[in-house]
Amino acid sequence: MATLQEKIAKICPAATVAEVDGAPMITVDEAHWHDLAKALRDDEDLSMDYLVTIVGYDHVDTMGCVYYLMSTRHNTNLGVTVAATGDRTQPMLHSVTDLWNIAGLYEREVFDFFGIIFINNPDMRRLFLSIDWKGYPLRKDYDASPNINPVPVDNERQSDFTQSWVEGPDGKVEEKQLEVFGPDDFVVNIGPQHPATHGVLRFRTAVDGETIKKIDVYMGYIHRGIEKLCETQGYPQTLHYLDRMDYFSALNYHHGLCILYERAAGIEISRRAQVIRVMMDELSRIASHCLFMGTFCMDLGATSMLFYTLRVREQILDILERTCGARMTFNYDCVGGVMQDLDANFQHDVKELLKVLPANIKEYNKVFVGNVIAKNRMEGVGVLSREDAISYGVTGPNGRASGWACDIRKWRPYSIYPELQFDEITRTEGDSMARFKVRLAEIEQSARILEQLVDNIPEGEYLVKVPKVLKLPVGQWFQLVEGCRGVFGMHLESDGGTKPARLKFATPSLPAAGVVDHLTRGEKIADLITIGGSMDYIVPDMDR
Amino acid sequence: MYDLSVITDAIHSFLAGFMPSWLTVTVECVLIGVGLLLAYALLALFYIYYERKFCAAIQCRLGPNRVGPWGLLQSFADMFKILIKELISLNNTDKFLFALAPYLVILASMLAFAVLPWGNGLQIIDFNIGIFFLLAVSSIGVLGILLAGWSSNNKFTLIGAMRSGAQMVSYELSISLSVITMVCLAGTMSVGGIVNEQADCWFIFKGHIPAIIAFIIYMIAGTAETNRGPFDLPEAESELTAGYHTEYSGIHFGFFYLAEYLNLFIVAGVASLLFFGGWMPFHVPGWDTFNHIMDYIPSVVWFLGKAIVLSGIIIWFKWTFPRLRIDQVLAMEWKYLMPIGLFNLALMTCCVVFGWHL
Repeated sequence: MATLQEKIAKICPAATVAEVDGAPMITVDEAHWHDLAKALRDDEDLSMDYLVTIVGYDHVDTMGCVYYLMSTRHNTNLGVTVAATGDRTQPMLHSVTDLWNIAGLYEREVFDFFGIIFINNPDMRRLFLSIDWKGYPLRKDYDASPNINPVPVDNERQSDFTQSWVEGPDGKVEEKQLEVFGPDDFVVNIGPQHPATHGVLRFRTAVDGETIKKIDVYMGYIHRGIEKLCETQGYPQTLHYLDRMDYFSALNYHHGLCILYERAAGIEISRRAQVIRVMMDELSRIASHCLFMGTFCMDLGATSMLFYTLRVREQILDILERTCGARMTFNYDCVGGVMQDLDANFQHDVKELLKVLPANIKEYNKVFVGNVIAKNRMEGVGVLSREDAISYGVTGPNGRASGWACDIRKWRPYSIYPELQFDEITRTEGDSMARFKVRLAEIEQSARILEQLVDNIPEGEYLVKVPKVLKLPVGQWFQLVEGCRGVFGMHLESDGGTKPARLKFATPSLPAAGVVDHLTRGEKIADLITIGGSMDYIVPDMDR
Repeated sequence: MYDLSVITDAIHSFLAGFMPSWLTVTVECVLIGVGLLLAYALLALFYIYYERKFCAAIQCRLGPNRVGPWGLLQSFADMFKILIKELISLNNTDKFLFALAPYLVILASMLAFAVLPWGNGLQIIDFNIGIFFLLAVSSIGVLGILLAGWSSNNKFTLIGAMRSGAQMVSYELSISLSVITMVCLAGTMSVGGIVNEQADCWFIFKGHIPAIIAFIIYMIAGTAETNRGPFDLPEAESELTAGYHTEYSGIHFGFFYLAEYLNLFIVAGVASLLFFGGWMPFHVPGWDTFNHIMDYIPSVVWFLGKAIVLSGIIIWFKWTFPRLRIDQVLAMEWKYLMPIGLFNLALMTCCVVFGWHL
């Protein structure tokens, strides 16, 4: 901490360093922000190469962003708070798109919700809301009246143009109109209703024959404003929205938010609850990866594989149903532990599952991985280098397939993960096949974790007593967990009340979809399906 | 072996007994047309059911089992459903070509039916360039697909049609090469002649190595020709929603759907004609008693049985393999199948010239 303070003082004397939630939080003014960001990324001792997320905030008198950065080399993390210049009509910040590729999308999201303009970001369109939306929903003075934004009854408006605010050499900022697609581009709409986008996501794809020239990812069709809704709900109620984001990592996401609230409120939960939570996480990870394999193979035209993988997933959903009472929106983890105790047959069921898993994995390898057509379709298709994976913030199995060890269970361990024996699977190829194989191998590792825990579930209470209405002290917290698709970050700001003042979710699916354009340039249309399928994004997870 | 031409001759002489000859021919043509349509519809229904049950078995499912005993009436129910569906007319399409396309596709497969060796003496036309005629008419199908893709005024259908044009024109070459290889062995292009040549021994055994190579090429190219998985790129549902027939509805879509199944039957039927003797029973030279017993199985059963088993292989492909990519499909044809096919033709010619066959 002290060395970091000295270091920052040397790089940028205008910046101050404080400690927030156990990690350094740098505060800097807008004029010095871009230089500081560049130094943070390029300095040998800091090398903050991974931008976790950008959180916009509105403190009524000031608006700005909190940037969460991590270093993959030094295993350190820090936050930077930057207040925007200008008044509320046009607050401005300098863009960091040139430093971290993923910043482009994150800045668009902040622009969408707070109206903060990022200077030099080449594409300042709204990300989730429709282009003619009035107002910025996450501002504290936002008027949600349906008279201002009535439900549209005519066709969706769209534009082939985007705007950008560019800073000239004299420091003057000018608004410019830029073209997304030219008049001669043959643009095919892949989505929003399309069998291979796995939800209502739209790729506007400019093609030249079968070759892809450019993709414009158009999202927001399932945007429900979860972050805004959370600001109107009590803390325990906000949990229920997480089921509706990445519905296949519902348990993992719940786990993360529970940890965050428990940390903020100073609640200790029983060991039994911790073990149960971890087991549920791993069960849903296996189920999620099984579903991935099935749908991915179906995208490639191998329909039969879906049935082989769903067989295992069904078995897991049956186990989860017996304990949680649901197969999809579980609502199982809650602040203080879990909702109810394990089903009496839980251990037996899990052992049955562990018995059939190895044979199934062997079968998947035989049926699909070894198939010559599958190899031709997947190997060398959509190669993502390690540097790009970090710069685009592509985490989870996708990042690990590119050789980036980004498993939060190892990197920033939480719950009982430090005590467990399991390997972090990484590969170096970074192609679609590697992403497939990483997931296949992760199923084995999850099974290993289950094996260690199934006979060691300690006795004790599954839920500690917590007040019905949870009140958190004033402060700011940040928590990372490993969802089924990668790093899930949560930023909580509390004003001391019973509702969060700002709750931001950084989901792994958004960067996974954001990198598709980069990966598909110059590839074939069929490769878009392979790459999109292998990234395994969940549309409600990116749209929130 | 029972010669079914006895029946057809009887009908002919019965009709000729009280009709002028021009009327006889007209009535016969109508009868054959009706019979053909009936066979066409029934075969399509059978194939839909067959594929569903087959793929269900591969996918650990039961398949249709609710409508009728063992789900036998399922495909009838689906057929009626598709018949009563509205034909949606679209704005900004080429109405005439849009309506014409499904008929071209179905016409191609119906014409091909005319020369298939259904049974001993049960052939609609048997003329000296039968197999050539079959190759020619089956190529009309690609025209229908191209028109369907073009006239729909939709980007997905256009890409689908483009793919299908490239794919079908390419694979036509391999099909023709393997057919020519077998014609070379048979020494005739007449369908009846080819079947009779196999009276002592099927071509797949008679022509041994070159015949087996030709058979493998034919099956691969035939699968590509029918646009079925793993070559179903023209309609790749995960890429192009439904490819060239995205915009079709009702029975117009049904025509494409039926033609796909019937083309499957035709490809399998031609394979059975070229390699497995058409309607010719399984004969081993010298085993006279065995051959005689085999003759008791009706020739129609032989032909349909072979065609169904061979189409089973093509169905098996579809439910096992992932789809190829367009460049891989074309590379496979131009870099592998066609050169091998050409070499194989030369090999077969040597075999015939030097008498290296059974």
